[in-house]
Amino acid sequence: MKTVIEASEAVALGAKLSRVKVCPMYPITPSTHIPERISDYIFDGEMDAEMIHVESEHSAASALIGSILTGARSFTATSSNGFELMYEILPILSGMRLPAVMAVANRAVAGPINIWNDHSDAVSARDQGWVQFYVESSQECIDTIIQCYKIAEDKNVQMPVMMCLDGFSLTHVFENVDIPEQKQVDSFLPPFKREDILDVKNPKTFGPIGLPDSFMNFKKQQQDAMINAIDVIKKANLDYKKLFGRGYGDGLIELYKMDDAEYAILAMGTICGTAKAKAEELRAKGKKVGVIRLRSYRPFPVEALKKAFKKLTRLAVLDRHISLGSDGPLFTEINAIAPGLDVFGYIAGLGGRDVTLDHMESVYLDLETGKQKREWLM
Amino acid sequence: MTRKETVGDVAKESIPLNTGAVIRTPGNTKKYHTGSWRTFRPVIDQKTCIKCGTCWRVCPDAAIYIDKDGKYRINYDYCKGCLICFRECPVKAISKELEQK
Ligand code: SF4
Ligand code: SF4
Repeated sequence: MKTVIEASEAVALGAKLSRVKVCPMYPITPSTHIPERISDYIFDGEMDAEMIHVESEHSAASALIGSILTGARSFTATSSNGFELMYEILPILSGMRLPAVMAVANRAVAGPINIWNDHSDAVSARDQGWVQFYVESSQECIDTIIQCYKIAEDKNVQMPVMMCLDGFSLTHVFENVDIPEQKQVDSFLPPFKREDILDVKNPKTFGPIGLPDSFMNFKKQQQDAMINAIDVIKKANLDYKKLFGRGYGDGLIELYKMDDAEYAILAMGTICGTAKAKAEELRAKGKKVGVIRLRSYRPFPVEALKKAFKKLTRLAVLDRHISLGSDGPLFTEINAIAPGLDVFGYIAGLGGRDVTLDHMESVYLDLETGKQKREWLM
Repeated sequence: MTRKETVGDVAKESIPLNTGAVIRTPGNTKKYHTGSWRTFRPVIDQKTCIKCGTCWRVCPDAAIYIDKDGKYRINYDYCKGCLICFRECPVKAISKELEQK
């Protein structure tokens, strides 16, 4: 069924269609519409789930541990400093290999206080053992939340997954969305089953100490699971496409006019739409330009990216976060995997600063002339 | 089971490295012999000991037990050598000896 809804509602519907049972949630702008919609569904009897009104985001993340350990598929959402408050629990969920799914409505981390969009919250948590998706549209929101559970619960993965959507520039945008049928979602996503659950008849220890003789082994297991996730993400994207007719690149990256491109912009999230619009315009003038949208930031799809870079002369990476004292994290990582490629790095759209078509044009021009290498798009 | 797949090289029985560090067999703390951590070994001199029970009460690893003759004894499989008992004994019945391998 096609209908015009807000992206936040698409996220909430994705959780509902995934038959989520427990939602420990604490509202924070711009993620608040997500718990609001879920509360509506539960109150109206459309969703058979429990909303836990926790006292903080730290508690929301902590409650996920308990709820998933009872065997209940669980969901939460947050933004910015709320996300920061969860920080302590993020690697614990991952270390305990609990398949939580969380929507992150990306918002700049204070200070100064700022409610607008950039990627500083989630990107700075890239090392916490969560799969990270960055999406571009409301349709992708609903489709990705459903896929997130499929990936998180895969026996070769068993890692938490966060789906990052740009605050306001996506969360509050109304778009035409094709809402999947419950029956079809059920055939894609079977009920959640877990071997290790809290059970008084069969007591187990969860979250024990890991001494120096085992801690590193457990970390290696997590890294292996993350690498496994690369194929699982691809398969989820493919299987989903077969059932619902929609896919997002190979699930890891999405290529736009890249077949013969010499110059490309690589970015995550909604600014890719702006880059695509500019690329289309420049293509009409005969310029060989393209866009690479990174959908899966963790795991980092090294092979897929390397393949996409093969024919490029120059590449521009747009970071919506800066690792202060270093550089844009995406820029740094891309450089590390593409030693022969001329990579330009741009810091863009911090704290909701608009990233415009003119910015994209200036970046493509830099790539063509080879002049500018590093810049803040102010 | 190889070393890489299990936890506890000092334990007599190893614990498998289950996903997420879940321990599926309760009561396995017993298998972990904290005695291997010890630098100093506390030794009770039974002649000086007045059986006040202080050491038994303060030992963080419950490594002190009372034997069938009512004597306070130390289980060196689990005594980690923190020396709290040595410090707290009111009659200085506990001495410390450097562990030599
Ligand atoms: S040294 Fe510490 S662990 Fe050992 S018996 Fe004394 S109090 Fe217990
Ligand atoms: S604290 Fe000293 S005197 Fe008291 S029971 Fe222990 S060894 Fe004996």
